[in-house]
Amino acid sequence: MIELKEIEKRFGDNLVLKGVSVVIAEGTVTALVGPSGGGKSTLLRCINLLEIPTSGSVRIGDDMLTFRPGGKVASRDIQRLRRQTGMVFQNFQLFPHRTAIENVMEGLITVQKWPLARARERALALLDKVGLAEKADAWPSTLSGGQQQRVAIARALAPSPKVLLCDEPTSALDPELAEEVVEVLAQLAREGTTMVMATHDLRLASQIANEVVFLEAGTVVETGPASAVFGNPQRERTKRFIATLRQEQAAGAA
Amino acid sequence: MPHWLQLMLESLGPLLWAALVFTAPLTLLSFAFGLAVGLGAALLRLFGPAPLAAVVRFYVWIIRGTPLLVQLFLIFYGLPSLGVTLDAFPAALIGFTLNVGAYTSEIIRAVIGSVPRGQWEAAYSIGMTWPQAMRRTILPQAGRVAVPPLSNTFISLVKDTSLAAAITLPELFRAAQRIVAVTYEPLILYVEAALIYLALSSVLSALQVRLERRLGRYGGFLEARS
Repeated sequence: MIELKEIEKRFGDNLVLKGVSVVIAEGTVTALVGPSGGGKSTLLRCINLLEIPTSGSVRIGDDMLTFRPGGKVASRDIQRLRRQTGMVFQNFQLFPHRTAIENVMEGLITVQKWPLARARERALALLDKVGLAEKADAWPSTLSGGQQQRVAIARALAPSPKVLLCDEPTSALDPELAEEVVEVLAQLAREGTTMVMATHDLRLASQIANEVVFLEAGTVVETGPASAVFGNPQRERTKRFIATLRQEQAAGAA
Repeated sequence: MPHWLQLMLESLGPLLWAALVFTAPLTLLSFAFGLAVGLGAALLRLFGPAPLAAVVRFYVWIIRGTPLLVQLFLIFYGLPSLGVTLDAFPAALIGFTLNVGAYTSEIIRAVIGSVPRGQWEAAYSIGMTWPQAMRRTILPQAGRVAVPPLSNTFISLVKDTSLAAAITLPELFRAAQRIVAVTYEPLILYVEAALIYLALSSVLSALQVRLERRLGRYGGFLEARS
């Protein structure tokens, strides 16, 4: 279980998250949706502490860290929490100087100190899972965006994280390439991978997510099961936002 | 055989010997040490505490702002007044190391800064510590961008070692001067010395191309045509 409690994040004078609390059950997929600048990405990045919350607490499984304004957190503690997460970025961020399989092996070898042969075996299995076993020795620069993102998913999964965090995983891809990434994520969801994704992609959110958290201006506007929030939103603000997304998607498909 | 060719052939041995025994070791050692100094200085400037970063800025300011020849004179002729007397080779080595360190620290600072922030985050996201991210992710990518500007520094250095002649180091240029003193043939000897420097830097340029090819094999860069 992942629990975010009263998370506040301040960038200078700018309060980006205003006391957000979210509970994410194991084996569920949670979509963070809402307008740009609403705090989705920041909240996601507070889970693996790429952003350090100004205050509040983050719990992953049995590990919990509490933050105070001006307080210092030991990097060892940050690492311990972060190593239970994996992250997929909007712009893939594969290591360009490593081949596809080396990208997937990197965390296992450098961080987990696995022996080379075992790491290679696991990396190959993961590449196979995302449908890219035959591209194991390709350089990232020779892969399409969709393929790069699938390698990035395999890289994030390699150390067996408790949760996979996805930051706009399809928004840098055109619809066709986005589809192959959505399929991989859907497969992971069916297998019970715990995921949290910040996304604008209505198809991604509605196909895969069990839970939806609607964030605007740093606060949670509405939260609930995906079918309820998408099918019958309670708040006027949520209704309007979902209507906009549907229009955008229709326009994109046309 | 014309006189000039005979003179060149006769002096080739002593000149190459001077290049092998003094110019080459001085260049290689001061580049290696200078690179280490430059990396340390760049890291302090980028990530170190403010007072140390200020010390580095001061160091770069002094070295870049004063002539190399004056620095060598200060070390070799000036320091003895403070009770520090150095032989010509160590004096030159210190001078060139400090010089290379200052210039390469700026190059290294720039190329480390040129690696996208997202690469740090990707490294952190798979659990790497700062040193791991630096060593495994940032430096390899920065290193590739650094090859052309560092090669510039290296090639300049080979030629700049001729300044050590002024502090009595019997390297290539000083060897040529000595032969001129007995033969009175400055044109022939200095042309020959220049040709040897040209040959040395041409070899380095060729090595640069090969190194760029090797580091560039992962693509995504405009490749130099040869």
